[in-house]
Amino acid sequence: MRNEKTTEEVALGIRRRVFEHAMRNNGGYLSQACSAAEQLAWLYNEELNLGAPTLPPVPEPFQGVPSADNPDYHTGAGYNGPFTPEYDRLFIAPAHYALVAYATLIETGRMAPEGLEMFNKDGSSVEMIGAEHSPGMEVHNGTLGIGLSTGAGLAWGRKRRGEPGRTWVFMSDGEVQEGQTWEAVQACAFHGIDNLYAIMDVNDQQCDGAMSSVMEVGDIATKFRNFGAACVEVDGHDLSAIRDAAKEAHEGRPLIILARTSPFHTMSILEERFPRLHYVRFKSEDERARFNTSIAADLGVDPIDYAH
Amino acid sequence: MVEMVSRPYATAFEKFAAGNPDILCLSADLTSSCEIDGFRDRYPDQFVSMGMAEQNMLSFAGGLGLAGFRPFIHTFGVFMYRRPYDQLMASIAYPRRKVRLMGFLPGVTTPGGMTHQSIEDISVMRSIPNMTILETGDATEVESICEAADSIDGPVWCRVLRGSVPRLFDTPIKVGEMRVLSEGDDILVVTAGITTEEAMRARSALANAGLSIRHIHLHTIKPFDHRQLLDHIGSVKHGVVTLENHVTEGGIGSLVAETMADAGVGKRLVRLGLKDTYAHGGSRPYLMRYYGLDALALVRGIEGLMGQEFGISENDLDAARIDDVHSLVKAEAL
Ligand SMILES: Cc1ncc(C[n+]2csc(CCOP(=O)(O)OP(=O)(O)O)c2C)c(N)n1
Ligand SMILES: [Mg+2]
Repeated sequence: MRNEKTTEEVALGIRRRVFEHAMRNNGGYLSQACSAAEQLAWLYNEELNLGAPTLPPVPEPFQGVPSADNPDYHTGAGYNGPFTPEYDRLFIAPAHYALVAYATLIETGRMAPEGLEMFNKDGSSVEMIGAEHSPGMEVHNGTLGIGLSTGAGLAWGRKRRGEPGRTWVFMSDGEVQEGQTWEAVQACAFHGIDNLYAIMDVNDQQCDGAMSSVMEVGDIATKFRNFGAACVEVDGHDLSAIRDAAKEAHEGRPLIILARTSPFHTMSILEERFPRLHYVRFKSEDERARFNTSIAADLGVDPIDYAH
Repeated sequence: MVEMVSRPYATAFEKFAAGNPDILCLSADLTSSCEIDGFRDRYPDQFVSMGMAEQNMLSFAGGLGLAGFRPFIHTFGVFMYRRPYDQLMASIAYPRRKVRLMGFLPGVTTPGGMTHQSIEDISVMRSIPNMTILETGDATEVESICEAADSIDGPVWCRVLRGSVPRLFDTPIKVGEMRVLSEGDDILVVTAGITTEEAMRARSALANAGLSIRHIHLHTIKPFDHRQLLDHIGSVKHGVVTLENHVTEGGIGSLVAETMADAGVGKRLVRLGLKDTYAHGGSRPYLMRYYGLDALALVRGIEGLMGQEFGISENDLDAARIDDVHSLVKAEAL
């Protein structure tokens, strides 16, 4: 399934939707749209081989958690198409990027725009921290650092079964602080898992601010290589560089693309908030209005009428 | 109208810890979310940033304990025991290190869903030898949690409320005691944490229905004064209802059940809480209604125990407080 839009258009559309959402709600995970829009747009619009969605465009309400009494339970992965052998699979490892991921589903025609209006509403499956029943999600990743390991297991299993489809994991740089991330790479190298791919939003940010001020992680590209992955570092806002990175040979090893990004790319006024960009909430009506005008101009849209 | 206190932990921790070189403040990249950002900025020498790496943080805290420090660890409760459970056991609980584990967002107090809701922590902690468990139910308890925890010779698990917190009590936590909020003789209601406020919402409706409720609030879950609880159970005619922001297995409902069984008490017990299920994301009032943790659930539980309906509906209960999803007292919307 391919979209008519260019990937640049999809990325812009993602940012416009996340911006509108954040204005209306007086805050949100806004900077993640700045840093990650190209990556998610590229995955869904170009790179991933996905079938047509198997779930309705307007998300169903929350249908309960997995349990023996809930035989109809299903995850939200159907928005990425069916689980047949030829298709790729994607995990959004940092589940707080859900808002950006939902906007991507809408921009690529996989979810109706109404889906975003259900975001974080009581009884909705479109959760703030993407749950495995949320659109586009297949596993729970709100506890950061577990996504790559699950991806590795799925990739190993699919390889054993001879499935040609690849497994992709979208990661955040905060995840490299968790030891589990490194255990995952170690296992991939040991077991020669080369049908696993990750693209990481290296925005140098985490909740407390700049990563270097919270826990220095150093040269992660070299670390990933030393642990046994193939690793390419690119400008995460340069689509052609991302495209080239995905072509890197990585026989017997997973491929990890480090997308170096800016947490205020295309929304210059967000720099005022640097280095606290993880969750942006407007501190006054005046600030909200200023951000509205400035970001709307940056994104080429009218300011959001958030009073309604 | 109940008094609301803004960020009581922020003020209390700073007052307690500032200038005491043996107290260290550890954080795993949730510094504003756990209200210790002001402390970090004003007392950088007592603040140790551990990054988002909880397993290391717990064993590191054990090491600090060996060096004679009393670390206060801050993160969301779930991240402090699920992944680093082994570290909690081997580095902290077994050797009885004086580590104070400040777990934020207890139970369904967060819309973050399964990965953010600590719904079985009390059960886990109760089964750990050497662990002390405290839970805060109002601003006064949050304000006194640091002293209470630091009075313990060993590790302490604390369920801490954050943001805008109601003031229900005017005396600090006294470890090992329980609060008697009403002294009726029909039914004993046992609550802890945020469920105490729910039980208080049902108070007048139950009184109007002619029920005499004895209500006990627990801030100390382990160690536990079984004798005192048995005295209260002995003072009521019909039985006991527990209501907890936790699964009904292993929490305060189990604690009461064990106490009754051990003493051979033959009264009815109704345990309310999450019934062997995970929760999902949503606002606190929605989750408390959906999973049966609110005032109305308590009324229905009491009706079940009495085998009688009292015609109490939502309108008869005191109004629930609605927290703003987006409010300046929280670092994010979790
Ligand atoms: C195991 C775990 N610890 C802590 C958290 C809380 N948390 C959520 S996002 C986050 C920051 C992680 O950094 P990153 O994903 O790079 O964030 P961003 O770039 O979006 O600011 C933290 C600490 C979590 N979700 N999981
Ligand atoms: Mg980051």
